[in-house]
Amino acid sequence: MMRAILRSKSRFPGLSQILAAVLMLGLAACAGTTTRTAQGTAHSNAKPGTKEDFSVNVGDRIFFPTDVTSLTDTGKDTLRRQAVWLKTYPNVKIVVEGHADERGTREYNIGLSARRSANAKAFLVSQGISTARIKTISYGKERPVAVCDDETCWSQNRRSVTLVTGAVSS
Amino acid sequence: MLMRSRQGRHLITIFATVMLLVVSVPRAAFAAIEIDITQGNIEPLPVAIYDFIGKTDKEQEFGRNVTQVIVADLERSGLFRPLEKASFIEKITRFNQAPRFGDWRILNAQALITGQVTVQKDGRLKAEFRLWDVLAQKQVAGVQFFSDPENWRRVAHQISDTVYERLTGEKGYFDSRVVFVEETGPKDKRVKRLVIMDQDGFNIRNLTPGDSLVLTPRFNPKAPEITYMSYAGGEPRVYLLNIETRQRELVGQFPGMTFAPRFSPDGQKIIMSLQNGVNANLYAMDLRSRTTTRLTNTAAIDTAPSFSPDGQKITFESDRGGSQQIYVMNVDGSDQRRISFGKGRYSTPVWSPRGDWIAFTKLAQGRFVIGVMRTDGSGERVLSDGYHNEGPTWSPNGRVVMFFREQRGENGGPALWSVDLTGRNERKVDTPNFASDPAWSPLNK
Repeated sequence: MMRAILRSKSRFPGLSQILAAVLMLGLAACAGTTTRTAQGTAHSNAKPGTKEDFSVNVGDRIFFPTDVTSLTDTGKDTLRRQAVWLKTYPNVKIVVEGHADERGTREYNIGLSARRSANAKAFLVSQGISTARIKTISYGKERPVAVCDDETCWSQNRRSVTLVTGAVSS
Repeated sequence: MLMRSRQGRHLITIFATVMLLVVSVPRAAFAAIEIDITQGNIEPLPVAIYDFIGKTDKEQEFGRNVTQVIVADLERSGLFRPLEKASFIEKITRFNQAPRFGDWRILNAQALITGQVTVQKDGRLKAEFRLWDVLAQKQVAGVQFFSDPENWRRVAHQISDTVYERLTGEKGYFDSRVVFVEETGPKDKRVKRLVIMDQDGFNIRNLTPGDSLVLTPRFNPKAPEITYMSYAGGEPRVYLLNIETRQRELVGQFPGMTFAPRFSPDGQKIIMSLQNGVNANLYAMDLRSRTTTRLTNTAAIDTAPSFSPDGQKITFESDRGGSQQIYVMNVDGSDQRRISFGKGRYSTPVWSPRGDWIAFTKLAQGRFVIGVMRTDGSGERVLSDGYHNEGPTWSPNGRVVMFFREQRGENGGPALWSVDLTGRNERKVDTPNFASDPAWSPLNK
């Protein structure tokens, strides 16, 4: 008689459960940093009031520590510069993108990066920029700018980026 | 507003009829083929699967193909060890004749599967099989299936399910599908498409063209439909997609981003996160009345909700206590309580279709682990450890968990893997390109 046993009682009472701890042998080959961050390198070539002027001379992005969404002092400085620039060019609209590094789960990172962009937006508003000019979007870990497997890249991906979208003077 | 149709099942009709066949077989001592799938350390059952016979060349080709799929299904389950065909002694030529059990016993086969394929006058395929207990020398199952010839793979999966169920006492999971996110292009410019395939990786086809970022597809348990998140038009929101008609529908107009959707067990509700400023809270939307109910209200990221199969409870993750942890609440949002208390950050809880376990992703010490815990948080154990495993989904019978694993490196990407509830039998699920966010369907209707 063929019969199936489904009770949780063991046919092999002596054998304890083996939890397969499959240690994935990561090829810890860090591919170095391939970043396109525009911070720090002030260029005067960019025509004032352009996207390039904003990203190069003002700084279009701020960074966050791991699992942190509050603004750093450096981040606030950058946002203050952005606010000054935005007041100079009052017809410009912006999108504030929130991003997370890859070392988090997908859904949480969407929420986490939404918090980053929301905090950046709130700070710009506190500096006198109208909410009507600011749209936010959260990308979670979907749009990394640096793709190696260590902190040198992850720290660049935990960011909020302000994109100039409308009515840029040319 | 669109009417919800529940008549969308234009899948093939496959009729299974149980054949009560009397085959004269000498009585033998009691033998018992037992597969205890609740134990982590089982020896796969040796099973001989004879190429299904047929009269014409075409029938024989169908027979070989069907057999190949059954062999692959049973082998991948980790519960069966199909024997080498080359070792077979008896040549089976007649379906209605009992096998020479001695010829199979000597190979240590405990079960024998024989079958026959016939092309009917109306062009349909008839596939019938018998499952024999070699030691008891008797037939223990015999079923015939009819289908359109192009659906022969489904017939094979249904035969595999029948064998699985007969030998384990549990429903199978082979006649099911998986929707996932296919990823192509470089890591910093990924193109993502929704793709559907049979659970064994065949019959793969695109559901979205790749023009918009798409994430987290989840099956409707009752209809050929998925819910997912799309960035279409630059607005990240939750959608429905009928996988037969490809009709797409936005799930409601909300003041903020909606994400992390999942169906209720009856297919009539969607639960999801709604972003409100810095917080994400959980909402349920009734798809018939389009009414929305707020379920959580915290200064936190509440996300990744999943219903219990009885529809009475919801598990979700929240960082309201300072870090990501798993919570359970009643379906109306009452009695929210944390259930995960181990070391690390717990996320993406998914309730088993059997109701007994919650699968999750855990981040601890720089590793991403797939694990399961009881619905009260007890009995936690690891199913798969590694650098980055994420996003579990359950097989329809709650015995296998599929997830994705990120591969390191600038040119690395995610792939789908499956593992038994016991933590054994870890297997890669082959896909043509990088793949993430798997969602396992219920058994096909």
